[in-house]
Amino acid sequence: MTAPRTLFRKVWDAHVVRELGDGAVLLYIDRHLVNEVTSPQAFEGLRAAGRTVRSPVNTLAVADHNVPTDNRAAGVAGIAEAESRIQVETLEANVAKFGVPYVPLLSKQQGIVHIIGPELGLTLPGSTIVCGDSHTSTHGAFGALAFGIGTSEVEHVLATQTLVQQPARAMLVRVDGRLGAGVTAKDLILAIIGRIGTAGATGHVIEYAGEAVTALSMSGRMTLCNMSIEAGARAGMIAPDAKTYAWLEGRPHAPKGAAFAAARAWWETLHSDPGAQFDRTVEIDAGAIAPMVTWGTSPEAVTTVDGTVPDPAAIDDPAIRGQCAAMLDYMGLSAGARLAGLPIDMVFIGSCTNGRLEDLRSAAAVVGTRRVADGVRALVVPGSGEVKAAAEAEGLDRVFIDAGFEWRDAGCSMCLGMNPDKLAPGQRCASTSNRNFEGRQGPRGRTHLMSPAMAAAAALSGRIVDCREFA
Amino acid sequence: MQPFAKLDAIAAPLPLENVDTDKILAAQFLKTVHRAGLGKALFAALRQDPDFVLNRSPWDRAGILVAGANFGCGSSREHAPWALLDFGIRCVIAPGIADIFYNNCFKNGILPIRLPGEEVTTLMTLASDPATAPMVVDLKAQTVTAAGCAFHFDVDAKRKNDLLNGIDEIAETLKYTPDIDRHEAMAQSQRPWMRTAYS
Repeated sequence: MTAPRTLFRKVWDAHVVRELGDGAVLLYIDRHLVNEVTSPQAFEGLRAAGRTVRSPVNTLAVADHNVPTDNRAAGVAGIAEAESRIQVETLEANVAKFGVPYVPLLSKQQGIVHIIGPELGLTLPGSTIVCGDSHTSTHGAFGALAFGIGTSEVEHVLATQTLVQQPARAMLVRVDGRLGAGVTAKDLILAIIGRIGTAGATGHVIEYAGEAVTALSMSGRMTLCNMSIEAGARAGMIAPDAKTYAWLEGRPHAPKGAAFAAARAWWETLHSDPGAQFDRTVEIDAGAIAPMVTWGTSPEAVTTVDGTVPDPAAIDDPAIRGQCAAMLDYMGLSAGARLAGLPIDMVFIGSCTNGRLEDLRSAAAVVGTRRVADGVRALVVPGSGEVKAAAEAEGLDRVFIDAGFEWRDAGCSMCLGMNPDKLAPGQRCASTSNRNFEGRQGPRGRTHLMSPAMAAAAALSGRIVDCREFA
Repeated sequence: MQPFAKLDAIAAPLPLENVDTDKILAAQFLKTVHRAGLGKALFAALRQDPDFVLNRSPWDRAGILVAGANFGCGSSREHAPWALLDFGIRCVIAPGIADIFYNNCFKNGILPIRLPGEEVTTLMTLASDPATAPMVVDLKAQTVTAAGCAFHFDVDAKRKNDLLNGIDEIAETLKYTPDIDRHEAMAQSQRPWMRTAYS
């Protein structure tokens, strides 16, 4: 009889190649996703040392960060900025030289790496998944152990298909009750981060459980796990269930027939055993959560849409007070200001956090036959070519275009300032992305993180507004 | 990787919490395909202010950075430690350091040190005065010494050894190739559905 184990521990144990002493292990990596930004120096390292990619079959590359989200027909040559184009060309040269499978820019399957992995059925329960991108935690929604790594580790995985890993602690976030109407997975994760802080889960792998988590769709579960990194976690995971299996069955690279049944039999063992020990447990009441909006330059600087920004004068600690005042100054907000009613310049609906079909449906449902407010520029950027095609098949593109939104091609877009989609200095954006850091969406840009329904409502109103008013 | 044994350097104070890797190295500088040369882009937005600590003597020669809680949070970009290293910083001391950044530091010969808040506050005060800003970080002894005070820090045994000896981790792991082969064969028989290539 083995001791009760957590979901995290089961997946970890199944991938230990050998112990390295002092708790460190060599961990086997099932799936390595590679992008154009964090891989050039890794391939360069391989070349310099005369090494090869050990297991191309476990590897998939795609360009997403630098790619423009319009004029896609021009392909890589159509990337106007030379440095961005060189990064994508470098990726293409590297995958050709090292024999790594690649989704080309012009493929219908191209998209944000964390959207296409699941979509292609390459993200499977119980697997270990890494990528040189912190939002790799997204894939934990399937019960995978998935985490972001640096470029040195990208090189290590390319060369050895393993990583040297230190043990992590286990944290349970249990969300009881149900989310109310108009309250989404995005609001839930923002509320969790607001509660535990951006360093709240440092050193931990979070397992999300409870009625409200089980009730989420796979899309919502991906949103939840995606922002685990914004709580400082090494990874976020959700135990697979019938919803997970139904979502995966029939995906291009998911197992088929008898292989699916065999896989499912193992997947069904992937849950935390009764009595499994967590180092920390956080309990959240789903029913108490309202639509959330960030007001500062850290995701923990968040409150409900009917809330107000803090008054630095009321903070005792001088360092915290100074930092709060600096955030308000950067964001152009006065102490104690109400968030609802704040005018916005831009709206961004997309990213690995909220660029899936369900997110676009949720935004479109708010839009209906209304129009984007005068003076507001609003972008809808599907997370992948497949998401774009599926949305067009059900007419969502018409809803957005008729309302005055720009309907774009797949990529990371305005989540980070690496491609032409950027904020101008001082512009205020209602964004469905994951980070409100200073300059994240463009130098001096101001980001308010929120759900797709909230961002759509902001686009229509020209101001931050409770999306439930549009129900 | 450059080994790290003992560092005798100026410490610069950065009394900010939640310094994210976008702030350390902004996205517009991520478009390089090389590791070197990022020092000039380190903290680019903050350095526009001539009074920013790293623009002033003696901290413009800093080899140690003393920072607030949750340093290095956010993006996994290794360009952040590359920029610190290129500037000349070999050690970061903070009450909390985000996991991916912490890990990335070790791969680049930078020693990240997590110390209790009150000890960091003491070091921050000392770093703020040019007379007491020089500090000594001794990895072997696991101590930070400054103006007569000495603090002990913890570090994983394997990471310490790798850093002291400037170990090439990939070369080390490749010695375990037979173990990796064995694991792969075992996983292939138990979970054959995992090894599918994108096509």
